[in-house]
Amino acid sequence: MARVDFKIGAENYKYGFADREDYIYKSDKGLSPEVVKKISDIKNEPPWMREFRLAALSIFQSKPMPGWGADLSTLDFNNIHYYVKPSEKQSGSWQDVPVYIKNTFDKLGIPEAEKKFLAGVGAQYESEMIYHNLAQDLSKKGVIFSDMDSAVKDYPDLVRKYFSTIIPPSDNKFAALNSACWSGGSFIYVPKGVRVEIPLQAYFRINTKNMGQFERTLIIADEGSFVHYLEGCSAPIYTTDSLHSAVVEIIVKKGARVRYTTIQNWSTNVYNLVTKRARVEEEGVCEWVDANLGSKVTMKYPSVYLVGRKAKGDILSIAFASRNQVQDAGGKALHFAPETSSSIISKSISKNGGRTSFRGLLKVFPGAKASKSMVRCDALILDSLSRSDTYPTIQIDEKQVSIGHEAVVSKIGDEQLFYLMSRGLNETQAMGMVVNGFIEPIVKEIPLEYALEMNKLIQLQMEGVG
Amino acid sequence: MLTPMDVLAINDLFVSAQGKEILKGLNLKLHKGEIHVLMGPNGSGKSSLAATLMGHPTYQVTSGCIRYKGRYITRLSPDERAKLGIFLAFQNPLEIPGVTLSNFLRTAYNATHKDRVSIPEFKKRLHTIALKLKLEDSFLNRYLNDGFSGGEKKKAEALQLLVLEPKLVILDETDSGLDVDALKKVAKAISDYVSEECTILVITHYQRILKYLEPDYVHIMSDGQIVRSGGKEIISLIDEQGYEGVYG
Repeated sequence: MARVDFKIGAENYKYGFADREDYIYKSDKGLSPEVVKKISDIKNEPPWMREFRLAALSIFQSKPMPGWGADLSTLDFNNIHYYVKPSEKQSGSWQDVPVYIKNTFDKLGIPEAEKKFLAGVGAQYESEMIYHNLAQDLSKKGVIFSDMDSAVKDYPDLVRKYFSTIIPPSDNKFAALNSACWSGGSFIYVPKGVRVEIPLQAYFRINTKNMGQFERTLIIADEGSFVHYLEGCSAPIYTTDSLHSAVVEIIVKKGARVRYTTIQNWSTNVYNLVTKRARVEEEGVCEWVDANLGSKVTMKYPSVYLVGRKAKGDILSIAFASRNQVQDAGGKALHFAPETSSSIISKSISKNGGRTSFRGLLKVFPGAKASKSMVRCDALILDSLSRSDTYPTIQIDEKQVSIGHEAVVSKIGDEQLFYLMSRGLNETQAMGMVVNGFIEPIVKEIPLEYALEMNKLIQLQMEGVG
Repeated sequence: MLTPMDVLAINDLFVSAQGKEILKGLNLKLHKGEIHVLMGPNGSGKSSLAATLMGHPTYQVTSGCIRYKGRYITRLSPDERAKLGIFLAFQNPLEIPGVTLSNFLRTAYNATHKDRVSIPEFKKRLHTIALKLKLEDSFLNRYLNDGFSGGEKKKAEALQLLVLEPKLVILDETDSGLDVDALKKVAKAISDYVSEECTILVITHYQRILKYLEPDYVHIMSDGQIVRSGGKEIISLIDEQGYEGVYG
């Protein structure tokens, strides 16, 4: 049968519209101590944070670019606006959000989603959170859901105690960059024993050309609590590149559970270089559900540090790479304590010259007796132009452990396609069905509304006309 | 000669796959409402013929033609043939993990039918058909052929056949892998479905399915050609003398 040329990219990206720029402040391109000081000034920060930023800047400047992973040679740090402030103040009411920004989020369906199935919503436009709202009953129970900048002022003790303790600036070059010029992101605190049964959501939007977005998120789940946090993101299509480099830190206290779901749908001119890590204490559970569909280059490996007995970490990762896209994704599980368990399950799809790489690290430290881990990565390659690689690292320094590792690379089979087509499905439908089936084990972990959205996005990736 | 009653007319068909000639001048005609049986030793080209009729891309028609209800279908893709009412029950159905049988069937039904059936109505129909094949409703929620036993796969093929309501059915070794009771159920369900409107080509090694699907014609295939055609009497001849004994 004739091969359909699946084409993907700008033509098919429905969030590619851009707004006019009408900003309170936009830093000049490039990064210097002056730019960092200016960010800190505008935010009117306490001295410790200002010093933290400046120290991080010198770490960023001294660290070389990573010598592994995706090609970042076209990323020009001097051609980026590091801080863009869209409006004067953040709003707790949707009515007060500036009209042009409101229109953008209306198009993205954010306020509608909040009404329907969310307990709280945050929306970040460029560098700043422009909206935050939390259901009243939750704030009465002591749940905090605010933007990170406000949290520095409003909850100084909590922030100072935990900020940067999971991912210090020295962790990697991009964590240092984020630490120097971070802005926005969410701060969440869930008190002991409180369960937030419906998800909290944040949506991130880049509008400016050559913009750097460096949000910083910190989640603290106190003992026995539960929270599910969802994030989505998009950007307009420009011919020049933008950079998104976030840091997400999660602290899961004894017996608590945190689930963090990401549907990453940046336009294909965004470098997405993100550090995400959770520290999980005794009998705590952290689950990362990480779907990477957009961006030009993504390098992201959500991690779990299992530091307490019986702590558990699960990482589910989906990556879809099409033309001119590199998805370098996976996960890391580090076992420091006995009876800890982890699983890393990755599903990647590459199509039309796209490249996916699975990068996984499993490390069991001495003394982490009776720990269990399972690493599984499945790659599906849709045509001969595309590529998939697997880079698993497993380091076990403890004898009494149970470890499983599986990697399967499959090409979409002509026989599978023939079978489905013999029942009346055309080639695109047949391919879409195989792909949707392939990622089904992960999609079913995502709340229905998001799963539908994700299926739609994948359908768009599959159809790709033009 | 083409008559209005011809459902399938294969004329001097030559087919190659991966550089090797597999069908070598095959002729066959099926009329409306008939049941034909195609038998022959391994490697004689029976399954290749089935795949060719369904439009498998590996099987290239180098000469000759296939007509379905008077229309040349040699160049049509498998889905276009399915939409015309042709159905192939696979000898080795493929596994499609993550896609439930019921979801798949609804997609396939919508692709091959103009009428729109509501989800509850479709579910009801599925349930009724599954019952005939002694399949539990939970079976419909399993992933298509994923982890199915040999017998379950064949039952799932029969289920698809009955749901999609084709007009020309090709059964490729549908009887293999089924135990006696299951075979009876499957064959009975198919024979109940067969009507004046439906034509069947049964490819088989064994005679046991023919107890339930009584053939009007029997064809023996050898080395890419049909070497003998006749009535049911050929079957007992094969029993007595083997294929060698019945080659024309």
